[in-house]
Amino acid sequence: MREKILQIVEKNSRINLSELAVILGVEEEDVINEMAAMEEEGVICGYHTLIDWEKTEIEKVSALIEVRVTPQRGQGFDNIAERIYKYPEVNAVYLISGGYDLLVTLEGKSLKEIATFVSDKLSTLESVLSTATHFILKKYKDHGTVLSRKKKDEREIYIP
Amino acid sequence: MRNLLSDKVVALKPSGIRKFFDIVSEMKDAISLGVGEPDFDTPWHIRDEGIYSLEKGRTFYTSNSGLKDLRVEICRYLKRKMDVEYDWKKETIITVGGSEAIDIGLRALLNPGDEVLIPQPSYVSYEPCTILAGGTPVIIELKEENEFRLTAEELKAAITDQTKVLILPFPNNPTGAIMERHNLEAVAEVIREKDIFVLSDEIYSELSYKEDHVTIAALPGMRERTVVINGFSKGFAMTGWRLGYACGPAEVIEQMTKIHQYAIMCAPTTSQYAAVEALRNGDEDVQMMRDAYNQRRRYLLHAFREMGLPCFEPYGAFYVFPCIREFGMTSEEFATRFLEEEKVAVVPGTAFGECGEGFLRISYAYSLENLKVAIGRLSRFVERLKKENGKSI
Repeated sequence: MREKILQIVEKNSRINLSELAVILGVEEEDVINEMAAMEEEGVICGYHTLIDWEKTEIEKVSALIEVRVTPQRGQGFDNIAERIYKYPEVNAVYLISGGYDLLVTLEGKSLKEIATFVSDKLSTLESVLSTATHFILKKYKDHGTVLSRKKKDEREIYIP
Repeated sequence: MRNLLSDKVVALKPSGIRKFFDIVSEMKDAISLGVGEPDFDTPWHIRDEGIYSLEKGRTFYTSNSGLKDLRVEICRYLKRKMDVEYDWKKETIITVGGSEAIDIGLRALLNPGDEVLIPQPSYVSYEPCTILAGGTPVIIELKEENEFRLTAEELKAAITDQTKVLILPFPNNPTGAIMERHNLEAVAEVIREKDIFVLSDEIYSELSYKEDHVTIAALPGMRERTVVINGFSKGFAMTGWRLGYACGPAEVIEQMTKIHQYAIMCAPTTSQYAAVEALRNGDEDVQMMRDAYNQRRRYLLHAFREMGLPCFEPYGAFYVFPCIREFGMTSEEFATRFLEEEKVAVVPGTAFGECGEGFLRISYAYSLENLKVAIGRLSRFVERLKKENGKSI
């Protein structure tokens, strides 16, 4: 049941739990308990909204930053990752295999704001060896959802 | 020219609900729950394979019976899913949709005067195809109390000395009924005893929500007297690709291939390449779609219970078939009023045979969001009718 619930709420966190129970063919109480358990265990970490900021008046700039760091003895990458994710403007921090170590995604009001963050805060951290900043120009698809267009039902009417 | 047209064709009944559909197609802002095809796009990797075949310049005919790769994959698929084995070379043919397979299957089997048993409510083409093939349709009226499954007694009662073929349309359009193994075993006994042949239309086989679909061809002594018809339209969401197939005894497939060769030549090449990919790597997509349909099915049945609209629980295809007898209207009257007053199109049960009177076919090949809006309107409509009829809810 857990997997089915997660599949559905990952796409639609606003579904009400009695409806969720109906479409899964289980008791509402069981769904409520399972959801509570998953929140408690940290399986479900939050309920966010996917926003296409481009369609609003609000200016946002997003960037991906590749960061190479020196891991610390006994701590590996955890300490430095924590130092980075504590900044509120940082959206996500991932440890990455391959040519660099951490991938940091960032959201700011302007190019300058992000540039300042990188030069003043990120690059000056002791274990950071180098950074490479990539600005996002356009989001086509995010969280499995195509942002640009709404799909129309183009099926034609035929007489069976 | 005194007699321009074929008497046989002219005498074919046009669809009884043409008038209703004319209204539907004119009403642009109506929500439709009338469509009989998946709302999903064909999974991308399957489309991609079709595109790739075009890039490669595979724009020739295939052999009349279809691509070898596809026919081999179909045999593997049927073995894997339904435990029935066919020789790809002699016992399979690729057709233009399941509908072509129905047509050429009947044409290959029937002689004038042969009777074809057609359980109804069911897909609309069995009866005209039987007539065009020179056979005589004999309707078996399925009953709601049996969840619209075919029983051995009903079958036995319809068989005469002229009976040659039984069409077995399960999972069923429009009722959503399925035949479970024990139901099939009961009718198979009659079929073997009375020595008749079966045309088993299993186009909805992937959409079965109670147990995995069982083909009658897998039962003892049935393989040699069954042509299984299936295709890619429903399970793989590939309606527009027009691709189906038939598997059965070599002597029947050979004759079907002859008709196919003269009338069609071969099924669309692009579609055949795409279908190979569907069978090789499409299981997860099918599972995802089946889960989604099943969720909608549960939602609808729950909603009907809430609004007090009686409906047996269907376990197949993507249709529910609620009963509207209590409102004192015909199916067509109900559907027409519902369309005019609430702008939602559903199909009157009578489109699928006279015994569909008193029922509606509601398709759940629509997103849950759309279904919710439509069901809200149905609930409001039903409530209004109940008040009109002076009943309490």
